[in-house]
Amino acid sequence: MALALNEDEQMLRETAESYFADKAPVKMLRRLRDMRDDTGFDAGLWRDMGGMGFAGVLVPEVYGGVAMGYQAAGLIAEQMGRNLTAAPFFSTSVLAATALNAGGSDEQKVKHLSKIAAADTVVAFALDEGAKHDPDRIETRAEVSGNGFKLKGVKSMVVDGHVADSLIVTAATNNGLTLFMVDAKVKGVDIERTIMMDSHNAARITLDDVEVDSDDVIGTVDQGMDVLLPVLNAGRAILSAELLGAGSEAFRITVDYIRERRQFGRIIGEFQALQHRASHLYSEMEVARSAVLAALTALDAGDGDVELYCAMTKAKLGQVARLTGLEGIQMHGGVGMTDEYDIGLYLKRIRVLQELFGDGNYHADKVARTKGY
Amino acid sequence: MTDLDIFRKQTRDWLEANCPESMRTDMHSDQDACWGGRKFVFQSEDQKLWLERMAEKGWTAPTWDKKYGGGGLSRKEEQILKQEMKRINARPPLMSFGIWMLGPALLKFGSEEQKLKYLPPITRGQIRWCQGYSEPGAGSDLASLQTKAENRGDHYLVNGQKVWTSQADRADWIFCLVRTDSSGTKHQGISFLLFDMESDGVETKPIRLISGKSPFCETFLSDVMVPKDQLVGEEGMGWTIAKYLLTHEREMIGDNEMTGPFFERVVRHMGLVDGRLPDPVLRGKVAEHEIDDWAFRMTVARKLGETKAGASLGADSSMLKYYGTELNKRRFELLMDAAGYDGLEWESDRSNEGALARSWLRTKGNSIEGGTSEVQLNIISKHILQLPGA
Repeated sequence: MALALNEDEQMLRETAESYFADKAPVKMLRRLRDMRDDTGFDAGLWRDMGGMGFAGVLVPEVYGGVAMGYQAAGLIAEQMGRNLTAAPFFSTSVLAATALNAGGSDEQKVKHLSKIAAADTVVAFALDEGAKHDPDRIETRAEVSGNGFKLKGVKSMVVDGHVADSLIVTAATNNGLTLFMVDAKVKGVDIERTIMMDSHNAARITLDDVEVDSDDVIGTVDQGMDVLLPVLNAGRAILSAELLGAGSEAFRITVDYIRERRQFGRIIGEFQALQHRASHLYSEMEVARSAVLAALTALDAGDGDVELYCAMTKAKLGQVARLTGLEGIQMHGGVGMTDEYDIGLYLKRIRVLQELFGDGNYHADKVARTKGY
Repeated sequence: MTDLDIFRKQTRDWLEANCPESMRTDMHSDQDACWGGRKFVFQSEDQKLWLERMAEKGWTAPTWDKKYGGGGLSRKEEQILKQEMKRINARPPLMSFGIWMLGPALLKFGSEEQKLKYLPPITRGQIRWCQGYSEPGAGSDLASLQTKAENRGDHYLVNGQKVWTSQADRADWIFCLVRTDSSGTKHQGISFLLFDMESDGVETKPIRLISGKSPFCETFLSDVMVPKDQLVGEEGMGWTIAKYLLTHEREMIGDNEMTGPFFERVVRHMGLVDGRLPDPVLRGKVAEHEIDDWAFRMTVARKLGETKAGASLGADSSMLKYYGTELNKRRFELLMDAAGYDGLEWESDRSNEGALARSWLRTKGNSIEGGTSEVQLNIISKHILQLPGA
């Protein structure tokens, strides 16, 4: 496995780096938060991400996408993480596009993928139900009803749920799991926006006998794992890329700070007590970067061990990015506790990203189970 | 098929035909490793054959130029060779400080005569080298070394004491840092000499370690005559060469691969209950270690990919050395936890004469030799993070 970006990816990285720094910097998130914006994201930015080809990074060209693959999607997510950008990229362009690519009917693809590529829709992925990520325990039920199904259950932490036009819902069926495409506006869908600490979007969604057609099944009834597994892998790898961006930036602003701040008549970055911790963090971030690169490479290559790599990467990035946030606050000292400084925003965003799709403990356990110990 | 695919196919076929079966098994102790040199006794005919065949291909030093006994491979081809060797669990044909450390320094700083004279016998495993760096008063502060080399016209006269000379009692030649000038700063006036360990005035004394083993020596140098053409680079260039060589040593120590998956060793000690390790806390730590170990190996691969053949990683080698050695220490702590009472046995057949315990103790030196972890963190602070006063 060659661990390097190709030329197109290198170009994309440069484009995305300047794009998000210019168009969606941290102050945009602050503005959305302080204005208590109803949507929680900037609609103009999202449309523009369609024009840039970012929204359709995983969408096949026949549906208007650029189909650059997961490495490319990761590069976009990394820059969004760096700038704490709020946009429905993860839910719509990564999770929904992956689900539709893996199991969507021609009709579903025509209907949704072209809109995703144009950033003309938001599709949220309703998976988890309890306080912790646990795709093996889905209690939402889909009962056969007439020509279709009735969905009943409660979904939590649905990223972008309250601004979604459509939902992809995972539900238990008689002999397994099934994924459904659900119009967010239909009867029985109750969406409560949950404002999270990171000022990004999420919702709790109650499904009360929501009627769906058999045409709304994504993939095959009872065989939902075939669709869910690629979504989980992609989600974990892309969240890891976003954590890499957020962690790198938290680290960068922290090192900048200790290079400037003076106490005891000297720059605090001169103290070895801080130097060694900063150098340790540097090492951890370098190792974390390689994990992200390897997981995304494996996804694009369809590597047989991709599930394991994505789990290991999500575990590693959750731990390392968290450490950058924690050390970042401590090294900033008192000002790190203030809302004025950005380091706190990073700590909060990292906390959310590390929890999504499984934290370090969840994935360490998964690694052990996968390897048979 | 790309050229690399063809190379992979040819390499696979050649290894299949030429690597003896007994060289495709895990190494169980230091004795199984082939170090070569004038004093080396081969453990088996296969071990000798494997070395000779690989040396013939130049694959004991895959990326070196063929005229110096190397294989002339690119970094990518070298990676493929490593992967294919790993695929059949082939043992390294030769362990060698000459290849890992002296070679890269000679390739960069040596004269053409020196390269042609010293490199081929290294690749063939004929001459075994040791490193004369540290002194009793110069450990982490290596540049304060005091071993003196006086200019006596056609030769240097060397006097002093080296310590932590690895395998000095089994080595044929030494690459040695000496002071040729005491007038400037401590970094100036250091020179890099090569000489035969059988020269008059060289004496070695093994150091007994906490593991009970003696892989290192004290080396005493009294009036050792070293011909002038055995100076590498120029007088006073020694520190530059030493630093360059240390980055290669760090890459080597950092890239510490063990044969067989780590968790299997843990399972061998503890067994499974209902398909799980019986200690849930240790199980979590083992998994976390495996994650870090994988991510670290990806990092070594990434960094080597980013570096062209023969180039050095610079200060990032400190990161790899720091991370890799700390990881290795953690690995052996976990193995000792898993082994419990069995890991405490020191003298018994069952424990292979305390192999695990002694290896565990040996790893404690990983984060000391080649520059302590603290020194590596200083280097990262200074050269990568550019923190003031570092």
